[in-house]
Amino acid sequence: MNDWSRAVSGFTIAGGGGRTVESDETLLFEEDGAGRCGVDLPDAPKVTDRLGGLRREGRIGLPGLSEPQIVRHYTRLSQKNYAIDTGIYPLGSCTMKHNPRLNEKMARLPGFADLHPLQPMATVQGALELMDTLAHWLKTITGLPAVALSPAAGAHGEMCGMMAIKAALEARGEKRVRVLVPESAHGTNPATAAACGYAIDPIPADARGRVDLAALKAKLGDDVAAIMLTNPNTCGLFEDQSPQIAEAVHAAGAYFYLDGANLNALLGRVRPGDLGIDCMHINLHKTFSTPHGGGGPGSGPVAMAASLAPYAPLPWLVHNAQGFRLIEDAKDEAAHALGRIKAFHGQMGMFVRALAFMMSHGGDGMARLSGDAVLNANYLLASLKDVMSPSFAGAAMHEVLFDDRFLGDTGVTTLDFAKALIDEGYHPMTMYFPLVVHGALLVEPTENESKASLDRFIASMRHLAARAANREADFFHGAPHNAPRRRLDEVAAARKPILRWRPETKADAAQ
Amino acid sequence: MRYLPLTDDDRRDMLAVIGAASVDDLFNDVPAAVRLKRPLDLPKGQGELEIDRAFTAMAAKNLSAGAGPFFLGAGAYRHHVPAAVDALIQRGEFLTSYTPYQPEIAQGTLQALFEFQTQVALITDMDVANASMYDGATAAAEAVMMANRITRRKRAVVSGNLHPHYRQAIETYGRFNGFETVLKPTDAIAELIAAIDASTSCVVVQNPGFFGGVQDYSPLAAHCQSVGALLVIAVTEIVSLGLVKPPGAMGADIVVAEGQSLGNSLEFGGPYLGLFATREKFMRQMPGRLAGQTVDTEGRRGFVLTLSAREQHIRREKATSNICTNSGLCALAFSIHLALLGEIGFQRLAELNHAHAVQLAERLTAIPGVTMLNDSFFNEFTLRLPKPAALVVDELAKRKILAGVPVSRLLPARADFADLLLVAATELTSDADMAALEAGLREVLS
Repeated sequence: MNDWSRAVSGFTIAGGGGRTVESDETLLFEEDGAGRCGVDLPDAPKVTDRLGGLRREGRIGLPGLSEPQIVRHYTRLSQKNYAIDTGIYPLGSCTMKHNPRLNEKMARLPGFADLHPLQPMATVQGALELMDTLAHWLKTITGLPAVALSPAAGAHGEMCGMMAIKAALEARGEKRVRVLVPESAHGTNPATAAACGYAIDPIPADARGRVDLAALKAKLGDDVAAIMLTNPNTCGLFEDQSPQIAEAVHAAGAYFYLDGANLNALLGRVRPGDLGIDCMHINLHKTFSTPHGGGGPGSGPVAMAASLAPYAPLPWLVHNAQGFRLIEDAKDEAAHALGRIKAFHGQMGMFVRALAFMMSHGGDGMARLSGDAVLNANYLLASLKDVMSPSFAGAAMHEVLFDDRFLGDTGVTTLDFAKALIDEGYHPMTMYFPLVVHGALLVEPTENESKASLDRFIASMRHLAARAANREADFFHGAPHNAPRRRLDEVAAARKPILRWRPETKADAAQ
Repeated sequence: MRYLPLTDDDRRDMLAVIGAASVDDLFNDVPAAVRLKRPLDLPKGQGELEIDRAFTAMAAKNLSAGAGPFFLGAGAYRHHVPAAVDALIQRGEFLTSYTPYQPEIAQGTLQALFEFQTQVALITDMDVANASMYDGATAAAEAVMMANRITRRKRAVVSGNLHPHYRQAIETYGRFNGFETVLKPTDAIAELIAAIDASTSCVVVQNPGFFGGVQDYSPLAAHCQSVGALLVIAVTEIVSLGLVKPPGAMGADIVVAEGQSLGNSLEFGGPYLGLFATREKFMRQMPGRLAGQTVDTEGRRGFVLTLSAREQHIRREKATSNICTNSGLCALAFSIHLALLGEIGFQRLAELNHAHAVQLAERLTAIPGVTMLNDSFFNEFTLRLPKPAALVVDELAKRKILAGVPVSRLLPARADFADLLLVAATELTSDADMAALEAGLREVLS
């Protein structure tokens, strides 16, 4: 059994004999020393100001700290985080894979990082070439003829795709009001469709964990704009009726949006375009390994079929004998473009990293990558199915879904099991998602885990399953015991939200 | 392949445990008709050395901003980022962690976000801020949708001094979300007030404005309040808040901003970070993630993501926004840079930016035929040139001077703007840079 303190032993030693990860770290604002500054700046030249009398008055309230204080503060904070660099991060549908440091180095080349988005296009031909190359790889991998690079993340890509669908329908003179979304979908799907003005119509799953094709067909009609489907779905299963779904959806005059969150399973083996889809977003921060950074930034390019390409958002990147050029206005060939969805051209820093990742694996390496991801998931399934409860029979794709039947009446919940895994030295799997099974535990190992790493993880999972079966509920309810914090009171946090630091008032001090 | 730990022996052993004959057999659920039966038509995999060479060659085809005198702004600004910022955000525990859904082992990210939210609230002079949006433009579009929810109205009045990309993002969201965007080609407060009617949910203005001018929007805020509309103030150059009266002090209801200037390099336009701040009473209508303070079972202070009932993963189609991934690491960089600056440094940095811009304006407006549009400015202003600005910029780029942003790049339909050039100065702008631009402009305009 490897517990949290052992998994992070490097941290505790680095703390200089202290218990760094377990100790409090004061807030920046509590370290404030008036007069301190961590950046030495020259005196400003004396000028007559041109602020039109709008000079800021009074103290802002920012704390004053020196560089060593800042470096120690953030280093100590970092030690309280779990990360893919410190261990397996088996969050289902999140694809937490290794982030190669070569990609960080390439993204920091001044020729990419130190470019202004509005420089004359003649001065940024290499940047546009990189974007064009990335687009070519994405088009080839997805089997779709066009790609919009500007979406900033997966949900933004969904919005881009649904906007393109609505624009295409409007161009046909049609107003459709419903979007079909499977019950197992990510929350972003219904949220996106609603933001685009659509009513959501849920589709149930069949006993095999796939979309119920008969139910889907029954819901189709001339008021349906699109279906939003994730494939492989969030149960870790391939939606094997995708071609029939595409046929039915198209026959009804609707569009097929594919949520590409789980593209990792398909690389080099299935081109989503061959499933008959009209568009899909690609999470560069999942499939192509740009770092999650504690919640972002992401990048969510949208690959589109010819049916939607004319409506792609601005800017468009085109190439002719004179070189690369961005079309930034909805006119001429881009007359039907749906408009602009963010400032500038897209997440360039992520484009550099993702392309470096793709070119490292190569076109020939994509099938091996997806093969290892699927192999690792199935190895976990085979090694855990006798002590846990897989939700569906048969092989998994890149992730495995368990439900809480194996916990039965032990008094241990999915949440308790996940928190106990923290004490074993691991980040928990995705909990309570998807919503289609009770107490879901969704596990995605990715291609980056060695067999030895998986074996250790499996041993911990089996150990916990055995303790649950042994009815050691109290042990689970107290978990985690060895993390920087015990369970946190989320109810109190939401009931009386404290969203910022404020100086302690005399009244507070008196209490 | 250097990123794949499994050996052929491992694969064989694992397949035996699974009971499958081959890795390909694990894909049996995929109908044969849609399986790809040939390799992708893409180059073969490469080692670090080859990738490094290929990317360095592509990067070398660009004229980087630091290679010569540089004066571009228009929503993206080149500032000095202290070395400690990049060193800290590259710590794997920050760089390679996920959204902090398991707070017990994500206190580093959560506390940093709580500090970030506090900093944003302080510099904008607002009550609360969220944990970031994609960028300033999408934050502006989300602000309008939030104002629509609060007021139950669906009409946004947009000032002519709002960055054109921000305005276009609002228009796009409006077209598909179902709200009206009314553009007033002016930033005169009286004219903006005249455009407000009973169906107006908000007015969106920018300060300093797209053309560089600064203005006190207090009278507009007062009017908005009297008619039940909200005032949204956008800030594209966040450094300005070290010197310029903040939106909160003008009575803004929602502040959106581009945070790139602190901690983040130009990156050819992204990733950047949207800042989003509002009044306490609107807290539960905010989009995006929020870090909040609480205690653990032992009573120790800790931080969690909170008010999740607003968000898509809980609320699905009833969420306040569809946003999930935001700009976490960019927000961390912003926060570290601002922590290093502190009260003194932030104000000093703003003073330096403004002083350089004043010096630059004096030099350039002394050139025959060049006039300035602005009465006031922070670190960016608009010049009217005696020639089309785009031609002048292209000509100077050949001399490795990146002279500014021609307004026609962003507003090509306005023929009367063809001679306008946006010019920005920051703490990085040296006397030699200013002299080079002045000399270059004199030559090109003569």
